[in-house]
Amino acid sequence: MANSTPDRAALLRMFEIQTRIKLNDERFRSMLMSGQIQLIYYSPRGQECISAGYAAHLRSDDYVITIYRGLHDHIAKGVPLKELWAEFLGKATGTCKGKGGPMHITHPASGLMVTTGIVGAGIPIAPGFGLAAQLSGTDQVTVCNFGDGASNIGAFHEGLNLAAVWNLPVVFVCQNNMYGEHTPYRMVTGVEFIGDRGAAYGMPGVTVDGNDPVAVYEVMGEAIARARAGEGPTLVEARTYRFWGHLMGDAMEYMPKEERKAAMAADPVLRYRGWLIEQGHASEDELAGIESSTTAEIDEAVQFALDSPQPELSELYTDVYAEVAK
Amino acid sequence: MSTDWPTLPFGMAINQALDVAMSVDEKVFLLGEDIAEPSGGVYKITKGLSDKHGTNRVRKTPISEQAIVGAAVGAAICGYRPVAEIMIMDFLAVCLDQVTNHAGKIRYMSGGQTTVPMVIRTSAGAGRGFGAQHSELLESWIVHTPGIKVAIPSTPADAKGLLLSAIFDDDPVLFVEQMMLYWNPAVAGPVPPGDVRIPLGLADVKAAGSDVTLLTYGRQTHDCLAVAAKLAEEGISVEVVDLRSLVPLDEATIMASVAKTKRAVIVHEAVGTCGFGAELSSRIHEELFSELAKPVQRVTGKNTPVPYASNLESAFLPQQPEIEAAIRRIL
Repeated sequence: MANSTPDRAALLRMFEIQTRIKLNDERFRSMLMSGQIQLIYYSPRGQECISAGYAAHLRSDDYVITIYRGLHDHIAKGVPLKELWAEFLGKATGTCKGKGGPMHITHPASGLMVTTGIVGAGIPIAPGFGLAAQLSGTDQVTVCNFGDGASNIGAFHEGLNLAAVWNLPVVFVCQNNMYGEHTPYRMVTGVEFIGDRGAAYGMPGVTVDGNDPVAVYEVMGEAIARARAGEGPTLVEARTYRFWGHLMGDAMEYMPKEERKAAMAADPVLRYRGWLIEQGHASEDELAGIESSTTAEIDEAVQFALDSPQPELSELYTDVYAEVAK
Repeated sequence: MSTDWPTLPFGMAINQALDVAMSVDEKVFLLGEDIAEPSGGVYKITKGLSDKHGTNRVRKTPISEQAIVGAAVGAAICGYRPVAEIMIMDFLAVCLDQVTNHAGKIRYMSGGQTTVPMVIRTSAGAGRGFGAQHSELLESWIVHTPGIKVAIPSTPADAKGLLLSAIFDDDPVLFVEQMMLYWNPAVAGPVPPGDVRIPLGLADVKAAGSDVTLLTYGRQTHDCLAVAAKLAEEGISVEVVDLRSLVPLDEATIMASVAKTKRAVIVHEAVGTCGFGAELSSRIHEELFSELAKPVQRVTGKNTPVPYASNLESAFLPQQPEIEAAIRRIL
């Protein structure tokens, strides 16, 4: 059953994904803070459970679209860490040969199809993926991720309406982290629950606690199963809190200190970890094992990226057109 | 060009190209506002196609240009060859993010892993009394974005051949159709039946000459040919080079012609400032400065919004007497 509670394998799979996201993010931030690497970095910390919740239902041939704050989605969909790190560092061995960067991670082999730097711009593209699946008669599902801020752009309306009109297999996942760049979403959004906007398009709209992995799993499972069965799109709003500023180095003066402190104290990944042990789903050793093997994998990925060369200068002119540009 | 080919209006040649493309490749489909039956599009360009190929492949959309182009981008990444219709070129303004940031950049940003083989067909141009928001030529916007190809045909045969190439090209192509050409009987011409493609990036010398080169494209090709015919009576030999595609650009044909005549006038409907003629003039001066007898001239749309009143609208457009005057200035 699509909406049944996750079994032990799914519970552990979600923990594993969350852990990969959390530990990779921590490594990026520590290396940035120590000056070992330089890049524009949008931390996904706080949003781990959402990506893990949908990814636990997806096949590798399902499609995921995400945005510049997309590391968690990249990892959840299975983009290999070595190529991911190399792309973040602008290396020839990266997913996109170093030509896309963090805001444009693409890895079709994993089904990570588009990462856009334009707020909400994946929303009108997602129906195209859904249409391709529908026309081809496959049961592939497209999960389109975006933030609370994107729910206020015009393309949100156009994309959701088209997906509804054509009954496309798309799940629109609004990861509401409470801030659109530097502005609390409630200050600029007419509804309290973005999930309520689904009704405007005649599609189910659900709001779920994005920090409750089991609840997220159930909601995503239902939405993905509907899409796969040809029953059309769903809007899911998963609510969480962005631990860090819009981008790394942001002074975060617009985020009340107490609010942020409380959210970080309720760290959903750590809370879930405790819950898994408490409920007897996993032992401390088992989870620690996942963490240490992930750390080892990250060590290897970071070293691979650091050791990799930058792209050849001739790459400037390739991939502009099918033929080499002049 | 065979005399056996049926004579078709420009609009029907486009219809035929779409029909042929859908017949030879099931990955080709059309989407856009009003394009299915019973209307077959506001200009009747897609007339009959949804009856023949089904509404699954000739898809009427909401009035949602971002969703139209976005859906085409997504489907193209998945291996389809969508042909999106943006009813009027001015409406590119409401979906430019999808056109430039996505269709145009995805191949590059992904390091060539994902490609966007799609066409945006759009009708354009002044002359129908539509005023400032339904009459512009905006090809320079798109030429300015690396990653997108741009074609603007002048004749029915070129329209069909270039559109077929655009649909089967592996890059996004903006295909500009000046609406004044669609059903104008004077523009109708012989069109080869079947899947006959004209490669993008090949200019066509529509009239050979030796005294001056007119570089033009689209509807203005016909104005240039009329001026060439008129001046021929005076013994002035005018070469008319129809660029046909701006990206890729056939620099070899352009430079060979200008090197031969040593004089060039660029004619296009878009406004002159930062218009394609500015780029072209610059390239000619860079390459052929020492060979030019006189500076390159431009005859373009005036630097105004397109006005409504018919006399003003005519005055906005590049006129044949202006082309003639420009030629005489440099002879």
